Amino acid sequence: MRVDPPVRLAADIGGTFTDVVLDGPNGRHTAKVLTTPRTPETGVFEALALVLDRSGAVPGDAGVFVHGTTLATNALIERKGARTAFLTTRGFRDILEMGLEKRFEQYDIFMDKPEPLVPRTLRHEVAERVSARGRVLLPLDLGEVRTIAASCRAVGVEAVAVGLLHAWAHPAHEQAIREVLAAELPGVTVCLSSEVCPEMREFERFSTTCANAYVRPLISGYLHRLQEGLVERGMTCPFYLMMSGGGVTTVESAARFPIRLVESGPAGGAILAAHVARECGLAEALSLDMGGTTAKICLIENGTPERSRTFEVARRYRDLKGSGLPVRIPVIEMVEIGAGGGSIARVDDMNRLLVGPASAGSEPGPACYGRGGAQATVTDANLVLGKLDPDRFAGGRIGLDSARAEEALARDVGGRLGLDGHWPAVGVVEMVDENMANASRVHAIERGRVIGRHTMVAFGGGAPLHAGRLAQKLGIERVVIPRGAGVGSAIGFLLAPIAFEVVRSRPVDFREFDAEAINAMLDEMRAEATEAVRAGAPSGADLALSRIVELRYAGQGHDLRIALDDGPLTQDHGRRLKARFEDRYRAVYGLTIDGLDIQSVSWSVTVATRAPPAGRAKVPEVRSPARAASMRDIYDGAFGAVVSCPVYPRFELAPGEEVTGPAIIAEDETSTFVPADFSAVLNSLGYIVMDNRAGGAR
Amino acid sequence: MTATSGLPAPSRGPVPSGESTTAGAPIDAIHRQVMWNRLVAVVEEQAQTILRTAFGSVVREAGDLSAGIYDLEGRMIAQAVTGTPGHVNTMARAVEHFLVRFPVATMRPGDVFVTNDPWLGTGHLFDFVVVSPACADGRPVALLASTCHVIDVGGRGFSAEAKSIHEEGVLIPHMKLRDGGALNDDLMTILLANTRNPVEVRGDILSLVSCNDTGAERLLEMMAEFDLTGIGPLADYIVESSRDAMLKAMQAVPNGRYRTEMELDGYDEPVFIKAEMAVSDEEIVFDYGGTSRASAYGINSPLCYTEAYTCFGLKCIVAPAVPNNHGSLSVFRTVAEPGSAVHPVHPSPVTARHVIGQMLADVAFGCLAQALPGKIPAESAGSIWVLPFANAGANAGDAPGENASRFNVMNVGMGGIGARPGKDGLSVTAFPSGVGAIPVEVTECESPLVFWRKEFLPDSGGAGAFRGGLGQIIEVGSAEEHPFTVSAATFDRMRNPPRGRDGGQAGRSGIARLESGPRFSDKGVHTVPAGDRLIVELPGGGGLGAPRQREAALVRADLEAGYVTRDGARRDYDFEPPPEDG
Repeated sequence: MRVDPPVRLAADIGGTFTDVVLDGPNGRHTAKVLTTPRTPETGVFEALALVLDRSGAVPGDAGVFVHGTTLATNALIERKGARTAFLTTRGFRDILEMGLEKRFEQYDIFMDKPEPLVPRTLRHEVAERVSARGRVLLPLDLGEVRTIAASCRAVGVEAVAVGLLHAWAHPAHEQAIREVLAAELPGVTVCLSSEVCPEMREFERFSTTCANAYVRPLISGYLHRLQEGLVERGMTCPFYLMMSGGGVTTVESAARFPIRLVESGPAGGAILAAHVARECGLAEALSLDMGGTTAKICLIENGTPERSRTFEVARRYRDLKGSGLPVRIPVIEMVEIGAGGGSIARVDDMNRLLVGPASAGSEPGPACYGRGGAQATVTDANLVLGKLDPDRFAGGRIGLDSARAEEALARDVGGRLGLDGHWPAVGVVEMVDENMANASRVHAIERGRVIGRHTMVAFGGGAPLHAGRLAQKLGIERVVIPRGAGVGSAIGFLLAPIAFEVVRSRPVDFREFDAEAINAMLDEMRAEATEAVRAGAPSGADLALSRIVELRYAGQGHDLRIALDDGPLTQDHGRRLKARFEDRYRAVYGLTIDGLDIQSVSWSVTVATRAPPAGRAKVPEVRSPARAASMRDIYDGAFGAVVSCPVYPRFELAPGEEVTGPAIIAEDETSTFVPADFSAVLNSLGYIVMDNRAGGAR
Repeated sequence: MTATSGLPAPSRGPVPSGESTTAGAPIDAIHRQVMWNRLVAVVEEQAQTILRTAFGSVVREAGDLSAGIYDLEGRMIAQAVTGTPGHVNTMARAVEHFLVRFPVATMRPGDVFVTNDPWLGTGHLFDFVVVSPACADGRPVALLASTCHVIDVGGRGFSAEAKSIHEEGVLIPHMKLRDGGALNDDLMTILLANTRNPVEVRGDILSLVSCNDTGAERLLEMMAEFDLTGIGPLADYIVESSRDAMLKAMQAVPNGRYRTEMELDGYDEPVFIKAEMAVSDEEIVFDYGGTSRASAYGINSPLCYTEAYTCFGLKCIVAPAVPNNHGSLSVFRTVAEPGSAVHPVHPSPVTARHVIGQMLADVAFGCLAQALPGKIPAESAGSIWVLPFANAGANAGDAPGENASRFNVMNVGMGGIGARPGKDGLSVTAFPSGVGAIPVEVTECESPLVFWRKEFLPDSGGAGAFRGGLGQIIEVGSAEEHPFTVSAATFDRMRNPPRGRDGGQAGRSGIARLESGPRFSDKGVHTVPAGDRLIVELPGGGGLGAPRQREAALVRADLEAGYVTRDGARRDYDFEPPPEDG
């Protein structure tokens, strides 16, 4: 029998750790165990057992289980997916390998393009051709498909991706091919480009379809094993998967479109930040999720993260656009830069101080871990500046060695730049903060947002240390640091709605806007999305609908996403959408182009359960100054000097007690640095709210 | 040692903000680092804005744009990484030219200057360069410049057909585009009356203006944050550090003189490029003396563009990681005879300047290969083949036939890159240009064209211990029973294939022909009759090292993938393929 309210569980498998969060009648419990790459479910079961034990619950108490994993991403990076074949229109099998036909690194004559997931020997061509307008110029030769099937069987192909020219609009040939393959190759996965990614642009569509086919046998096998294991352990509750677009879906849907599971961890973080923004009533929030390797920056307007459909997996060169495999899937729009605790600092030939994107990771880790890492990292710099307590890092599980940190910084940075003492560390931290600030500024400006109007929501192991200084650089006046920052993604999973997005390319010239035809298409898409959500949602769940059209000026390359009103479109929407597009265009680019027509690129419909209602956080009146547990010498970047700072254990702070910067608020998984111009209090939900008393950028 | 030992004595309480920049040398050194980093972010932001708002597919897909920050002497101190190598040096010089006509002392807040003069800008009329002063307290403190390729400037459009600059379109000399905040409507009116796409051209030019404004705003914010009144010392630091880094990198190149030659098809007669590279401790002088006279057709490369691709080629080898700025580029000097194909003078036509210009990186490689044997790639396909398609009669303004669509679309063809030391060349990838592909589905949605084939061309990569990248074959017809045209202005290396190096063989030459008929022999506009198809075969890259030195496993893998045919393996590699099964 289930307890009331039911226990809710979430598990996030990351590269190093598997995090599990349990929300139940006795509050929240978390567990962190090492990821078990060969059988990832082992780590999940281990962590689940731990939290259930700690909370006093039994598996049967669980009301829901939400799961996110980097398994698909890792399979793509390590090229450990299925033996996949690709079937395409005659004359086009090399599109996958030609890619964008350009170099993503202009001056590096030795650069290599990403290897296609399907080698040329497994790329097959079939006689068929459909024109852009849907006319069959060359009929499909099904006999040839059978021959191809036989050759796939002979070499043990496990998955087939089918991608034909113009299939995004005219899928009949792809569907006919599937029927033949299903009959000829029982047990082999078949993915159609018209289903995985019904969008114009052959390379991106083929790439997405192949990536989906490539990970599908692996993911669907894993998900079914996990599900069986849960049932064996008595967990029969609904089981959902976190997707990169910020919603969750059923095992069946996830197993069909596993490519939508990449980047689920960062999506969970953004969902948490959005929830915090709603709780705190923030109209404009900037989410900063800084971990060991990267920092993820995401804009959240009115409690909703912005979404997009462009993503790249398995980049060969970190931070370099074009060096990975493009996938067109729903994702939460964010920038991810190589700025984390493990980011390595170095000085180049021009005596430029560079931090990241290379990372020491957790193995060998920063120099101060004493695990064989010799290079100076951001964590080493934070330690030297006094922001980390060497004896309490990661709850005291990893002892930090300050001497090693100082030595590495002096050697890798100080010697080259003529800086001594704590100055090399100052430089490293300033530079990593600067990199995050630049990425945030550009991200905001690209969307026509004013960064200084945002409130920062900071979580992940590293963010609370850097958030204050970053806020100063960006002119941001308030920073909120939620509870459980170290397992933020898994907490976000519990807050995500059950959702499904359907997208179709449909170029519409707005001079010939036909509301009826668009409505018919949108209704069809809504039915498809609703069916997918209903399959997993509790019966009678209230569903929310959101519809987006991507619009552009005819002939221009970049699209703006414009939300459609509820209800059917009327003929007048041709004009109204243009007006809305122009408003948005003006906000982003500062002008509009008179006399130019607009056209649609693609239309998307998302159906989702409603987000959980957010409680309203209150920031209490300041009653008294907090009492410090100890003092520590810390460098404050805004001062440009070392100052003696009080240290406050977070769990000893009571609402209404004020912490005046410079100060440290310490907890097990992370520490918050309150810079000189800031003061901090806990709000009614226990979040740290840090305000800049001086205001403005410095 | 504890975390805090060795730190200077702690202080207490707030410190006045002004002290941060006067806190002595260490913090200044760190701030310089931060500011250099910030300048790069500012120009990158400028470039990204242009990329998103530009109307031409050349800008969108190819990144034919640039942005930079300059000091008051016109020295470029930061240039965006986004963009194409054609703007490396052209942009570095462009601002100096403006300052001759409009000295800094005459500039006021709100002023903006413009030109598309090929010799003072970036090499052809399609590129507009816009320069704006960033002003603090009413006085200029720095200059921002940006450029992009607009869709149309009138004249004969994007072809090599014009016989002089006067036929190539509207030329705007150095002019004030905005005067103290007021847009020069007279200038805009004249300009827009001279283009076939006034709405898009206006949009592109205003976008250059606004990206400069944004850049200026960011720069002034940075100066306020660090209490700067000018950027002089910062500029000096950047220029000196970059120049020092280049000089240090050049130590790896032995001093001496190195010569090379290259023959190109040209428009109606071959073009011979001759070059001598003189390397000393202080600079690398690249002299194009002896190169052919300028062509009567628009394939000539103005000196600024010649300099851009020469420097690009040199920098790829000598110091790829050093950023482009006045300091790093000051070690290179490009010399050419006025009136030659690499230094045409007014009024020589220059629209398709990349036909010659984009070959020059390989010319630089040709000299460097003697200075640094074993370290230089073989030749590449070089200049990209632009495929401009239109319904027959479109250029004359005739109406298309009955039931025939009117269209004017562009696609591009990339060939192979030369083999690299230790690695095969990249197949079907642009070099040295930064251009990318235009999807077949996009072109087909905008026209009745049908691409029947776009695939690797086996055996087209030059054989060698390391194989040249493959070219491709593209086959295009129409879904309508009507003729269409294609301009062959940029199809070069049909008679002069990319050469191999160190015993490697040449890549395959390019071919353009009708399915039914003979090859194209010139760079004119050709008609593809109704029902016929155009077939273009892009050149493959040259090979590196003797083919017999290629590892057998690599030849076998190429055979299996079909990059090399069975005949090709026997002929080029003396390799007997295993018997075919089935």
